[in-house]
Amino acid sequence: MPHDHHDHDHLSPSGHPYRQDNDEPLTYWQLMEISVRELMIEKGKFSAPEINQQIDLMDSRSPADGATVVARAWMDPDFKKRLLENGASAAEELDFEIGPMHLVVVENTPKIHNLIVCTLCSCYPRNLLGLPPDWYKTKEYRSRAVKEPRTVLTEFGVSLPESTVVRVHDSTADMRYLVLPLRPESTAEMSEVELRKLVSRDSMIGTGVIQEI
Amino acid sequence: MMISDGTVIKIKDTSPPGHIRTPKYIRGKIGVVERCVGVFENPEQLAYALNANSYSLYRVRFKMTDLWSDYLKDSDDTLDAEVFEHWIEEI
Repeated sequence: MPHDHHDHDHLSPSGHPYRQDNDEPLTYWQLMEISVRELMIEKGKFSAPEINQQIDLMDSRSPADGATVVARAWMDPDFKKRLLENGASAAEELDFEIGPMHLVVVENTPKIHNLIVCTLCSCYPRNLLGLPPDWYKTKEYRSRAVKEPRTVLTEFGVSLPESTVVRVHDSTADMRYLVLPLRPESTAEMSEVELRKLVSRDSMIGTGVIQEI
Repeated sequence: MMISDGTVIKIKDTSPPGHIRTPKYIRGKIGVVERCVGVFENPEQLAYALNANSYSLYRVRFKMTDLWSDYLKDSDDTLDAEVFEHWIEEI
């Protein structure tokens, strides 16, 4: 039996160990966040429902939004031109709210591969991709992406020929970055809706490429 | 100061205390202005709730081989970072 452990006292009926309750004491910064939030509500700066609305809005964003922008750029050369010139205003044409964020879209070509990182913190195009993956925020990714991007890419399963130029973009200040991945040649007959489904989160960070189908 | 695209510049090699958004690994390095992305308030002052000066922000492109001595030899790989004008020296 795959789940035939000796110590059955600590196993759930599924045969897996019980997960520990997520009830650790609050850290200093968690306590700080709660205190500031409650103080702001008390002072009438904003209300609790407004905070929940904002969290819901944040949670509603996902890589599917970025994929919609990418698929449109693949289908419509004029849109692509506008997107590369001014990412935010082009994304707003598709009703994606970019807010105060400045978006720089960088295009992958057969000769150029772009990779996005934020070495100083974890800047990420949240308005188009949602919350960043945990690894994007790790010191390991942040320090190695700028120093040995080819090795990092290999670990993500992306092997590039030496002749492909790697361009790393360190999001150090007010810009946010999105990679416009290379469209696979075998997708020439696909519709825009079908194309959206092919565009992965990692391909828009640059840690992935879209395979031929 | 307005620096045009393609200008070869140097990043100042200083380490003032406080909140800085010019990463250490590009300080003192030579790069090329890729484009100016606009004028923004200085995060070094904003971080302390001070009245912030507005500065031009540039995307500067560096050759990886200029940043890291052990990088793949003769590689054309690059790194772009955003740098505020007060960190840039014209050479």
